[in-house]
This record gives sequence, structure tokens and C-alpha cells, in this order.
Amino acid sequence: MNTIAQATPPNTAAESDSKPVMRTVPIVLEPTTSLIPVSLGELWAYRELLYFLIWRDLKVRYKQTMLGVAWVILQPLIMAAVFTIFLGRFARIPSAGVPYLLLVFSGLVPWTFFSTAVITSGNSVVGNAHLLTKVYFPRLIVPLSAIGGRLVDFAISSLVLAGLMYYYRVDLSWKLATAPIFVLLLTALAFGVGTLTAAWNVKYRDVSIILPVIVQVWLFVTPIVYPVDIVPARWRSVYVLNPLVGLIEGFRAVLLNRALNLNALLLSTAITIVLVIYALFVFRRMERDFADVV
Amino acid sequence: MSDSIIKVRNLSKQFRLGANSYSNLTLGEAFMAHLRAPLRMKSRKSAESGRTVWALRDVSFEVKAGEVVGIIGPNGAGKSTLLKILSRITEPTSGRAELYGRVGSLLEVGTGFHPELTGRENIFLNGAVLGMRRAEIERKFDEIVAFSEIGRFLNTPVKRYSSGMYMRLAFAVAAHLDPEILLVDEVLAVGDAQFQAKCMGKMGDVARGGRTVLFVSHNLNSILTLCRRSILIKDGEISYNGPSSEAIRRYVAAGPREFTGERIWRDQATAPGNEKIRLRAVRIVSGSNITTDVDIQNDVRIEIEFWNYRPDARITASIHLLDKLKNGVLASANLPSANLVQDQWFDKLYPAGVFRTVCTLPGNFLNEGRYHINVILLTNITNIEVFLEQAVTFDVYESGSMRGDYGGDWLGVVRPKLAWQTERLNANAVESQEQTA
Repeated sequence: MNTIAQATPPNTAAESDSKPVMRTVPIVLEPTTSLIPVSLGELWAYRELLYFLIWRDLKVRYKQTMLGVAWVILQPLIMAAVFTIFLGRFARIPSAGVPYLLLVFSGLVPWTFFSTAVITSGNSVVGNAHLLTKVYFPRLIVPLSAIGGRLVDFAISSLVLAGLMYYYRVDLSWKLATAPIFVLLLTALAFGVGTLTAAWNVKYRDVSIILPVIVQVWLFVTPIVYPVDIVPARWRSVYVLNPLVGLIEGFRAVLLNRALNLNALLLSTAITIVLVIYALFVFRRMERDFADVV
Repeated sequence: MSDSIIKVRNLSKQFRLGANSYSNLTLGEAFMAHLRAPLRMKSRKSAESGRTVWALRDVSFEVKAGEVVGIIGPNGAGKSTLLKILSRITEPTSGRAELYGRVGSLLEVGTGFHPELTGRENIFLNGAVLGMRRAEIERKFDEIVAFSEIGRFLNTPVKRYSSGMYMRLAFAVAAHLDPEILLVDEVLAVGDAQFQAKCMGKMGDVARGGRTVLFVSHNLNSILTLCRRSILIKDGEISYNGPSSEAIRRYVAAGPREFTGERIWRDQATAPGNEKIRLRAVRIVSGSNITTDVDIQNDVRIEIEFWNYRPDARITASIHLLDKLKNGVLASANLPSANLVQDQWFDKLYPAGVFRTVCTLPGNFLNEGRYHINVILLTNITNIEVFLEQAVTFDVYESGSMRGDYGGDWLGVVRPKLAWQTERLNANAVESQEQTA
């Protein structure tokens, strides 16, 4: 109750008391020296703003397009159809015992979430410059809200994936219950990459040009349109350094009831955690200048 | 401890010129620098670029709970930077500020408005951005809608609003922000006159409601109306902190503004006019200074200098006085029939040479506000030789001398002191008169 974060939220005490209350703990403004990269208490105090920003992004995105929310389903479906025809049928890429469409779609759904989350959060700080220069709130809210919106899309497209699994009569197992862990890790990884690029993007607008290219490449170095077994064994140790390998492959394994590669998963988790912490530090160090530079 | 709700101690803010601290690095080098030093909290030393500027320097002041304090100063003096630091939008380079209470900042109205969303949706979004709780917005929703007067357009996307409706809605949300400390930057300078009056009224309510307010404005009249105390900032430093009337007096005495009180043409070839006569200078003189800011109680001398090239000319100088909306206030000419005094050049033929004609507007005559002067030079009373529109511009400001106990706006373009007298009547005499009537 006596942290700075308690005095900070713009709205904590107003409901109950009508008379201004002098607090013993003030909001103190001075050059940042703290090494702590994020104040969870303050983020929590601003949760309603996070909610409203997510709500705004979704509303505007669905409102502006003719098909609206249908795009969330159509986008991975169209991609999956193209890959199924050209790679599954024509190029005869093996699909490790599951129908190729199911293989590709179970990879594309989390991939679409990840890639859109990274790109929108990477551009979010620059895109919300008008807010950053006029009001205070924890800056982390901005990339967080971008990811939050994509998480909603992810939930919607997962319904289609569930329908496809039902159609192909996939054997469900207890492993399915661990799926939320993979979603959490994917979100964390998207947050790490997105926050890092969001901060860099403020200073170097090159980032927003490079980002889509990186995402394109990333799609092909991740087992989405092909099963992980077609990667030659001697390349595997390098291949799994891509944290998405463990996460996407793991997500697919628990969904389609296949063997889980625990080593790859642990490595991905470790890389994700390190990346998130690194991103928080970089963001904290650079956010002080956002309003002056953006 | 004192009862100050805002304490600012030696606050300084340094900006790098060229905005980008890594501007002399390539992206690759900068990338490596990031990888090596993600933990470094101190910003890079300015030695790297060497070109920095102090937007604020050692600013210290305190504000007591319930005070309404104005902040004035020329453009670029650091007023907005100060508000941005206090609003936590940007960090100070050094120094410290303490704020004892909820802070709401209005650096513009309509922050976070999205054109695609409806009025209703934007009320919630904007409210949240300004720091209101959802429950709080819901509670005040009807009040906000009523204040904004947007009525049936509530469910229309704001991109279809007229700019007036947009501003009204934006201000309505902002006006219902309910913090203990309110930081306001120039947001009242929007909309039509009627809406501005409404905003000023609301600000007055806020000020009287015991809220602590820091109020940045270029509108000296609203500063004088709302704020008992003002802080004058110049070149990033506080140059005066005290009663508003004195702060305003020092501010306007300090010098040049975006328009000029004097125009001089040194080159006769390009001076306005023709081969008969050309303007040499036009200036506003008040309180024995050339100025653009005139104390309401002082005379305004409009000095017109011109070259006359033809001997035996009949020359008449004339002016138009326009208000801030360029509406005519009055016209005057140096004609014997229209002159309060006797001009020694009346009915005389001007020889070739340089002349100065001066017209004096009396003090305690014009209202507060901005005025423009058109200068006209005629020969033989009817031939216009020079017509210079808005040759000079000046602001009339209220130093407190005439306002007395009345704090609001004063209707009209002129504000002369008139004779008022009251006498007590004999009640019986009045009644008997009415009965007979």
C-alpha cells in the first residue's frame, strides 16, 4: 500500500473519498536510477487502460474491413490451403503421419498469432506516438495491448483448428491440458521480440522495414509447413536454437497427441525467459526518451 | 512539512539537438552498443554529440493545495516541458519534483480519440487514456454527453463530426476529469468564441472548487482571470514568481512577439507608395516605448512617417482600426473637421521632405484584445496613394487597473470609462407621481 505505484494510478482513491486526501507518499519525479525494469503494481493499476486499448484495436480492425472478424479465420485458412496444394500435394512434403492440412494448420494458427503479434507490437510505440507525448501511463502497456489484441484473434482461429481436429478424428490425450502453457510461452516470446523491436523502432525506423523480412525468414526456419523430422540430424542442434521450434513443435505435439521433444522445449523456454528479461531492460532504458524522440 | 501539494526542486531538462543520440553511429554499431550495454541506466553522456540545449534549468517552486497558478513566457521558454515533466511524460535530466495527489494532465483535448469509433466509444477510450476508471466514466457519462451537446450523434463515428462537435466532445470528457492536481496546457484556445467562454467557465468552476491547477496559457486575460499567482519562465529559468498582474507586466515588457509594433522601410525604392509619396515608418508607441502590448489605461500613439516627393502637396493621413477578427472598429483621418486638436499643417501645402503624423487613441478606451491598424495616405483628400493593410498590430491588456472586482470577460470592442452616478430618490415622491400618472 505504500509503494510509489499506489500513489501513481490516476484513479485509485477517487471513488470512495470526495475530499482530497494528502498522501504521505508522493509521486516523485526524478531521473531514473532504478535497475528494476518493470513495476507490476503499476501495470496492474493501469489494467483498465490496457483493456481499453485492446478493445480499441480490435474494434477498429474489425470495423474497417468488410469481412471484419472473418479475416482472423480466413487468413490462416487461405495460407493452409495454398501450402496444402503446393507443398503437400505437388511437392509431396512428408507430413509425419498426420494429414498435411492438419499439420500445416496446427502450425499456422500459433504462427499467425506470433508473427502478427510481433509485427503489431513492434510498430506499436511509434504508432501510438500521439498518446506517448500527451499522457502518462506505463509505456509497456502499448506493446502489451498490441499482443493482447492478437491473442483474441488466436482464440478465434483456434476454434477452427478445433473443428479441423474433430473432422480428422484426432485422438485427444491428457497432454491437451498443457496447451495453455504453450500459449503462455508463445505470448512471452512474442512479447520479448515485440517489445525489443518496439523500443528500437523509436530510434531506427529501419526496424519496421526489416521486421517483415525477418518474420518471412522465420516462417521457413520453423517447422510449420513441414514436420521437424525432415531437418537433417546434424543441423538439429543449430535448428533448435530458434525458440519457436520447441514451442510450435510442442504445441502441435500436445494437440495431435504426438511425442514431445522435452529438450527442445526446455531450450526454447530458457531462451524465451532470457529474451523477455533482456527486452524489459532495453525497453526500460529507452522508454525515458520515447516522448522526446518519437 | 509545509502544506505544499507540488514541490519542485532544481528541476532541469536537457535536450540533444538533432534528437537522435546515436546519430553518429551506424545501425550496426548502435546494435552492438545495445547488446553490450542493455543494463546501463544512465543516458549516454552528451560529450558524444556535444550539442545540447537546456529546456529547463534549476527550476524550483512550490504550489499549495487549492492554488491556481499560471505559467507564462515566450514560445520555447520551457513552459510545456515543465508540464510534460510534471505529467511524467518525459523525465527530468536532474532535479526532483514531488506531487502529493492524483495528477490529471490536459496537454491537449481529444488525446487518444479514434476517428473510426463513435462518440460513445471515444468517451470511454479518452476517459481511460486520461486516467478515469470505467465505473467513473459510466457514472459521469450522461453529464459528459449533456455538456458536449452532441446529442443524437452519440453513435456516429467521430470522423463524421464537424470540428466544433469534435472539440466539444473532447473537452467534455476532459472537463470531467477529477484529479487533485490538474495540469492544463493551452487547451482552451480552441473552438468558437461561445465554446471558449464555456470552457473558461468550466475552468473557473474547477479553480474555485479547491482543485490545485497549473495553467499554461498565452491568453493573458484568462491567466489574470483564473490565477492569482503566476510564474514567468524565460529561457528555461524562472524569471518571476508572484502576483499575476506583476508577472504579466514583466512578461509584456520583456519584448518582441510574433508581430511587430514598428515597421520601417529604409529603402525608398521598395517602400509602400508611389512617385508622389511613400511610407517611411509606422509604429505603435505607448508608455513612451515602441511596443506591441498596451496597458489598457495608457494612450496609444500611432506614428506614421512618410516621404513626400512633390512640392505643394495636400496630404491627409488616415487609419482604420480593426479588431482581432478584422472587423472595423473605427476609421479616422487627419481632417480639420475630424481632429480633436489643431494640427499645425492644417490647410498648408506640404513641401518635399520627411513628415511624421501622429494619431492618439486615448487610454481607457479599447477593450482587452488584439487590434490591427491599416494606414492610408491620401492626396487632395480623395486620392488614395498608399493603402497598407495591417501595417501594425498590438494587444491591449488589462493590468488589473480597470477590472476591479469583476473577473469575467468584458463585452464589446471598446471599454471606455463612462460616467455613472446614483442618487437616492424620495420614495413618497415617486409613489405619488405614479398615482397621478
